[in-house]
Parts: sequence; C-alpha cells; structure tokens
Amino acid sequence: MKYDIIVVGGGHAGCEASLAAARLGNKTLLITGNIKNIADMPCNPSIGGPAKGIIVREIDALGGEMANNIDHSCLQVKMLNTKKGPAVRALRAQGDKITYPKAMIETIKNQENLEVRESLVEDLIVEENKIKGVILENGEKIEAEAVVLTTGTYLKAVILRGDKKTVSGPHGERPSKFLSDKLREYGFTIQRLKTGTPQRIDKNSIDYSKTSLEPGDDVTHTFSFDNEPLYKVEDQLPCHLIYTTKETHEIIMQNLEKSSMYGGYVEGIGPRYCPSIEDKVVRFKDKERHQLFLEPESLYYDDIYIQGFSTSMPEEIQDLMVHSLPGLENAKILKYAYAIEYDAIDPLQLKQSLETKVIENLFTAGQINGTSGYEEAAGQGLIAGINASRKIHNQDSLILKRNEAYIGVLIDDLVTKGTKEPYRMLTSRAEYRLLLRHDNADLRLREYGHDIGLINEERYQKFKLKQEKIEELNNLLKQTKVTPTKENNEYLESIGSTKLLDGISLYDLLKRPEITIQNLKKWIDIDFSNEVIEQVEIQDKYEGYIKKANREAEKMLDLEKIKIPEDINYDNVHNLASEARQKLSTIRPTTIAQASRISGVNPADISILMVYLKKEKRV
Amino acid sequence: MNDTIAAISTTLGVGAISIIRVSGKDSIKIVNKIFKGKDLEKVESHTIHYGHIVEKGETIDEVLVSIMKSPKTFTMEDIVEINCHGGISTTNKVLELVLNSGARLAEPGEFTKRAFLNGRIDLTQAESVMDLINSKNESKRKVAIKGLNGYVSNIIRNLRQQILELLASIEVNIDYPEYEDAEVMTNEKVKPQISDIKEKLHKIINESENGKILTNGIKTIIIGKPNVGKSSILNRLLDEEKAIVTNIEGTTRDTVEGNITINGVSLNIIDTAGIRETNDIVEKIGVEKSLSLINDADLVILVLNNNEELKEEDKKILSACSEKKTIVVINKNDLDRKINIDEIPYQNIIYTNTIDLNGIDSLKEKIVELFNLNELDQQDYTYLSNVRQISLAKEAYSILEEVENGIESEVPVDMIEIDIKRAWEKLGEIIGETYTEELIDQLFSQFCLGK
Repeated sequence: MKYDIIVVGGGHAGCEASLAAARLGNKTLLITGNIKNIADMPCNPSIGGPAKGIIVREIDALGGEMANNIDHSCLQVKMLNTKKGPAVRALRAQGDKITYPKAMIETIKNQENLEVRESLVEDLIVEENKIKGVILENGEKIEAEAVVLTTGTYLKAVILRGDKKTVSGPHGERPSKFLSDKLREYGFTIQRLKTGTPQRIDKNSIDYSKTSLEPGDDVTHTFSFDNEPLYKVEDQLPCHLIYTTKETHEIIMQNLEKSSMYGGYVEGIGPRYCPSIEDKVVRFKDKERHQLFLEPESLYYDDIYIQGFSTSMPEEIQDLMVHSLPGLENAKILKYAYAIEYDAIDPLQLKQSLETKVIENLFTAGQINGTSGYEEAAGQGLIAGINASRKIHNQDSLILKRNEAYIGVLIDDLVTKGTKEPYRMLTSRAEYRLLLRHDNADLRLREYGHDIGLINEERYQKFKLKQEKIEELNNLLKQTKVTPTKENNEYLESIGSTKLLDGISLYDLLKRPEITIQNLKKWIDIDFSNEVIEQVEIQDKYEGYIKKANREAEKMLDLEKIKIPEDINYDNVHNLASEARQKLSTIRPTTIAQASRISGVNPADISILMVYLKKEKRV
Repeated sequence: MNDTIAAISTTLGVGAISIIRVSGKDSIKIVNKIFKGKDLEKVESHTIHYGHIVEKGETIDEVLVSIMKSPKTFTMEDIVEINCHGGISTTNKVLELVLNSGARLAEPGEFTKRAFLNGRIDLTQAESVMDLINSKNESKRKVAIKGLNGYVSNIIRNLRQQILELLASIEVNIDYPEYEDAEVMTNEKVKPQISDIKEKLHKIINESENGKILTNGIKTIIIGKPNVGKSSILNRLLDEEKAIVTNIEGTTRDTVEGNITINGVSLNIIDTAGIRETNDIVEKIGVEKSLSLINDADLVILVLNNNEELKEEDKKILSACSEKKTIVVINKNDLDRKINIDEIPYQNIIYTNTIDLNGIDSLKEKIVELFNLNELDQQDYTYLSNVRQISLAKEAYSILEEVENGIESEVPVDMIEIDIKRAWEKLGEIIGETYTEELIDQLFSQFCLGK
C-alpha cells in the first residue's frame, strides 16, 4: 500500500497536517496510537489566549480546522485584553474535552482521501537521505512520498510523580520507545524536555462558596471567520478563582525534596512561563498567595482542572496540598498531577517549510519540534501538511513572514533561534504585533489559503465581499465632510467631544479617541456588519501606528530580500567570529534577515557576510 | 581583508617622529624587504628593532621597527610599525616603498574597521579610538579614553535596562492578562517612568553637545565690513598662540584659518576665503555667502565700526546671527561714537580699538562665559562623543516625545509600548547592539586616513 503523505500522531498538529494534506488531494494516512485519543486535550481545557488565540484565527484564515472545531465545542468564551489596544486582543475558550475530540474525529472520518490507522510507528524507511515511508511496531512497512511526524510528548515519554517514574504517555497511553533513538541514528539531535499538568478534582466535592466566579463574556464570539455563534451566552459554564494559602506554601516547602524536580529525578528542561507550584513558591518567596483557576473540563464528566497548580510531588503530598486550598478541603482528587518528560528534536535542524534538513520529504510539527501548546502545534501541523503536499507536487513552500502571522514568527523563531525549553507563543515575540491582530487574520492570510487550495470559492467570495465593504465604508468616511455648524458642534459636545473649528472629513473626525463609528450615524447611514465596522475603526484610529509598524517591517523585508546561497561554505567567509561561523553553518539561514536574528551572530558578522556575498556576486 | 594595508598613522607635520603602520598577513615580509638590520621574519612578537630603510642599497631613513604578531594587536592581524625620523618627505618616501613592496594604501578608518570586524573592539570603542587618535588636546583625550573603556556603553546600557524593565512589565500584562502577580501597567503609570528616562537621556544629549565642542572645537567665524579691523583681531588672537597656528584639515572638513586653545578647548577660526588677504569678505563673497557661513558656525564674532552708523548690510548680518552664539566687537573705540548701540540686539558686546586691541582679553573671557568653558573642564565627561551617537540619542529622545504624545491622546498602552521598544532599539544602535545595514558603512566612511 502506498500513500502520498503519512502523518504520524493524531494530536492537534497531526489533525491539521492530515486534514490539510487530504484536502489538497493527497492520498493521506493518519497513524495514531489510539483513535479515541485523536485531538485529545491532555492538559488544560482551553484553547486560545493572548497570541495563541490569534494563531487559531490564522489557522482558520488559511483553511485549517481548529477554529471551527472549538466553535463547536466551547463551554465558555472570553475576549481577553479588551481594555488594551486591538493588537493584543485575543479569544480564549474553555473547550469541552469530550465534544472537542469527538467533533474532530467526525471531521477526519468524513474527510475524503484520509484514512486512519491505529498503531505505533517505531522506525522510518529512509533511502539516500530521503523518506520513503514508515515501519510500524509490528514490522509492517507503509510507503509514502512524504511523512509528517507529529508525535507530541510520546517519544520516550516518562511520567514523574515524586521519585516514581512510569514509562507512559499522557492518559496512560503507550509511548513510542524506539522512534527517537532511530531519529538520533539518522542524524537528528535529540533533546529532553519536560512539561507538567495539575490535578483534576471532582466538581461535586468543591465548596463553591469559598471561590469567586469567573464567567464567560456576555456577548458571543466565534474563532472561525465563517461561523455564526453556536452557543448561548447563558449556557456558558463559569470558571472559579481561588488562592493558595500559607498552609499550602508550608506543605510545599517542607516536602520540597520529595518533588521530582527538586529531588533531582528530572532531566528534561521545563518551561519558565509555566512553572510548577513548587517553583512559584520557591522563586517568589515574598508572595503570600498564588492564583488558581478551577476550570470545568466537560459537560459529560465531573473533572475540574486546577490551573496554576501543576506539580511533580508524590501523591500523598498532593493530597495535603489540594486539601489546604479554600473550598477544596474535602475535594476528591480524580487524577493526580504529574510532570512528563519526552524527547524532541532540535528545531535548528528544520527548514522554514518545516521539512527536516536531515531527511528529505520528512516534516515535523508540534511538541516534537520543542513547542508547547495546542495552538502552536496546530499552526505548525497545518504548515507542515501544506508544505509536505507542495513539496511532492514541486510547488514552492508556504513560508509566512514575521510581519504576516504569529505562525510565521513561531516557525522562524524555532528554525532560527532553536529552543531549550518548550516554546510558547507570546505577543512579545512578535516585532510587528500591531499588524498581527485577531481582527485582521483573514485580511492577512485568506488569499494564501485560497491560492493554496484550502479555502473554497464560497468562503473566498465571502471574504472578498468583506474586503469590498471595508473599502466602501472607508471611502464613505473620507468623502463625507462635516462643517462647524452650530448644530454639529452642539451634537459633538453632547457626546463628550469638542467643537469643530474647520470642516473635517468623518474619517478624520473618527480619529478622535472619544468618537466611535456609531456616533457618525448622525451624518451617514451605516449599514455594515460589525466586523466591517470594527476593521474600519481600527484602521482609522490607529492609522499612524500601523503605518509606523509597516515601515519597520519594510526594513526587515529589505534584508529578507538578500538571499544567502544554499551551498555557501562558511569556512570561506574569512573573519567571522567562530561562534557565528558555527551557528551559521548549523542553522544555514536563507536570508540576511534570518541570519541577523540568530543569537551569537553579531552585526559585525552580518557586515562581513554581506561583504562576502557582494564580492562573490562580483566575481 | 586578505591584503596588507599601510598608512602614515601620525599627523603629518606634527612632531619629529612619524609612524607608518602596516597591517595584514604579509606585513612583516613586506617591511623585511626594505629593512636593513635583523631578519624581521625571525624576530619575536612584540619587539622593537633598530635599522635602516633602504632602496637599491641607498639608505632612506634611520628607523625603529616594532613587530607585533597576530592576534594580540590592534587589528588582530600582524602589524609592523616603522618609526621614521626624517620629516615629511622621507616618511612619504618610506610609505611609497612599503606600497611598492606589496602593501595597499589603507582607506580612511580601515585599521579601526579591521579591528572592529576582527572582533577586537565594539562599535563605541571603534568610534572612541578614532576620537583618541584625532584628539589634539587634553580634554578631548579624556573623553576618548572614557569611551574606550566602555564608559559610554555602560551609561546607555543602564538606560536600556531601565527601559527594558518597563517594557517587560507592560508585556507581562498582555500575555498574562488575568494574573495578579504583576502590577497592571496603565498609561498613567508609564508616564512618570518615561519622563524620568527622557530626562536622563536629555542630560546625556546636553553633555554630549558640550562634548562635541571638546572633540571638534568651536567653529568660529569673524565677520564684518571691509577695513573694520577683522584681520587685526584675528592676528592678535593668533599671535598669542603662535605655537599652534597650523594650516590643517580639521575633522569638520572646513579649512581652518587658525586654531587657538582657550581653557583646553580649541577655537577653530574658519577660513572665510581669505579674511587676511582681502580684508573685505562681505564685499567679496557677498552677504548671502556670509549668511551661509554664519549658519555653519558655532560662534560668530561680528566686528563693527564704532565710528560709523549701521548700514543695511550690517543689519542683515545682525539679524542672521540671531540664532547663533554671537559676540559683537565694536572696534575703533578710540574714534567718535557714531554707531547706535540700541540697534544691536545682542548682550555680548566688547569694545576694542585698532591701536592696542586691549579688548582681546575681554573677548576671550566672553567666549569662556558663552560656552561654559570653565565648568566644562571640571565636568565628568560622560557624554557620547560623536555625531552619529548624538543623533541616535536625539532620535530616541524624540521617539520618547512621541510616546508622551501618545499617552496624551489616550493611545492604548500596548501601542505606546511599541514606541518605547523603538527607543530602546535606537539606544542599542549607539552601542552596536541592534543591527542596521547602514550603520557600519556610515561609521567607517567618516574615519580619517590610516587610523
């Protein structure tokens, strides 16, 4: 049996990769250890959040599935950062851990060209550094033109609680024991990473009177640009907020040596941004309490996730810790917290397309690349699926630039800077975040989605119409002038603004911070969708800042235009600092812009490199 | 950078010894070809050797040759320095021989460029080395040395750190909006921090403007109608400092007529197309040209005749000086006063006369007062020492002004933060911690020959 593309792993990266590959017309096989665990959410029950929520929107704009899937399975939705500017707003949903995978499995089952098979992959078929297929645990060989590895935390996974080590993936699933050794043999650098997850407790054992309520927004939202809200405001489940106590901290400090982390049982490097509760207590000794969110996991079972309480303490200490929390004195622990260690490859061995440099036509996405998070995984999975397909059809790779998408920032960071801890997307990683907004993900990326073939004509026409409407409203505002008549000025003062001294277009009037488009209804009929109005308002009010960001991005793009030949031998570039020479040789950046982002490559090295490239061209 | 470069690395005409510096992998071999004495290819690194430079058996000069092998040299390449004793023409001859033996004449700033590209010095240090080499007086040398020690870098680094902390505290709110661990940064909380940073930057810029005077000198123009006594004043100023009157190309690329030192600061009197020859600059080059000269100057000394009423052209020049530090010298004080002092809108007025010119001392005192030269010398020289650095600091400053405007117009804090980040990057450029393409080119093109 031969496939065009095989995707190994059915997590969030694998789902996007296999769906994209199949939708682009490739005969695709998704191999997963357990079909029931496809699109599982083994850790937090939420999707989205700052930057991450924007990635989900980008996935939707390009024709991926995550946004649509969470729209069908959310328990609660919030728009975050509403008190800040539009650039940092982002959606976050509590997802139902039963409904979400179910919806995704349904989509996958109904997808033409896509087959699913339950098995573990323990080796690859490689000929002359080119992938030819995979070998299953039973020795069966399956051939393919391209393979996408999305193995998540399953490579040599070990679960840790105190000094107890269990060879296991999340949820007691079987890990892949040999694949990472095989990858090492093929020439990959393997690193050991660590992450963790908190306890789940029975919702019926919580005293909610000691908690405070964290409800969803009182308006509905959707992640997908094409969906109408599929839930009602009043049907949302709330989360609850509690704090750790002095007693909690004492228990932790007294038993610190018993934790896997502090007892020295962990080799993997954990993420700084997602510390365990013992880390927080040790590192911020002065803090009297830490916030914890109690988040429902599903309508269909009773687990409550204690966000912020991840730990690698042994079970008996976890009992004490949980029972020291207000409202949880009698809580029934359904699952204990654990740390999990797993193998990942060094992402410096990847190209911008997510194809590995080590084996041709082999792509990787998600946690195997050193990232953390469902959204980061899905974003990479989509790109890997698209590019695997494009590679076998001899098409150029889709490479999103840093000023085009968080997904672009994510992949560029991974392949340029590498990562020593699980990489999480943060807004501060993006230089041009004002351009990478929640609201304009479709304007940035839908053309790409359409060109690639993942956005059908119907969705595309809907998008074109939105574009036209934005243009139309913009023109209307620019062409409509108001003059300082008594009536106009009285109106302006009545809505808390100030008098006009001269004639002014509505476009310029809207720039006043206190004026909204709704206020302009006095002069014009505004028959546009909320989406269009929001877009025009943002583009108008922040025009100056957006222009500035575009100018900055232009500078970067100029350097992006200076290509470095693929076969460059850095030993011939004299006077490079040795660290720079070594890093450039490993990472092999494709442009000067990418080279300049490598840590350890300083401006003098870039200058030398540019002089060398100029000289080479002249000769 | 595979070839070997050479240049005269001392100022021509100053001092008895001239040094020719040769840098590159063939430097020892090249000098050895024209050196009579020990075999330089066999001597230890960092040693000095006596001998002669010869051409076809004929001795050109008696020299000391320093051999410094890579990597412990200024450029991190092999360096040979030839100390010549024979004056300008012999030094030129020796350089010619070095060039004929396989070296190439160094481009302006090329030694420093190599030092920088080979990782020997950082950007600030590169600029300071150039200042050190150019420094013609004590004050300037102090500035140069501080820059070289990374003193400037440290100040900027501290300021960047302060901004970085502010940036981080804004970012954390964005990425973790629900966490109470971090104080919520609002425009109101950012504002006082920005004004603090702005103030510190302002101080650096201010001190740097003074520093510019120390490194570049005070560009001075003496202007006035024919026969008003300009040349006498110039000669009198120069007479007192005969030893340092030279005709040299200044760093400012203006031809300096004369150069005197007041309180350690050099007063570069700009050649206004021959003040001394024609005595009638205004007539000869016209009012327009005078105006543009005034524009360029740091100090204008306007000479007027006590015995004459102000003419139309005098008034034009007077008003052109309004933006400049101007000292009005009323000459011919011994004759009847016909000039109407009320028509002169300046406070700095000195009276002299053609015969003994006893006002010269008051003129100097006035200059000291105008440029705070007394205080200057006592100051801790913590400023940025060249035009590129100062202009970057000013750009950062004006970005911070934009930040304040943004805060005034209620722009959301996360957008304000984008500008704060730009200011942080600008300051990084001063010490070479962010990369811009033009930086290196511009930096090295302004370096003078062979330093």
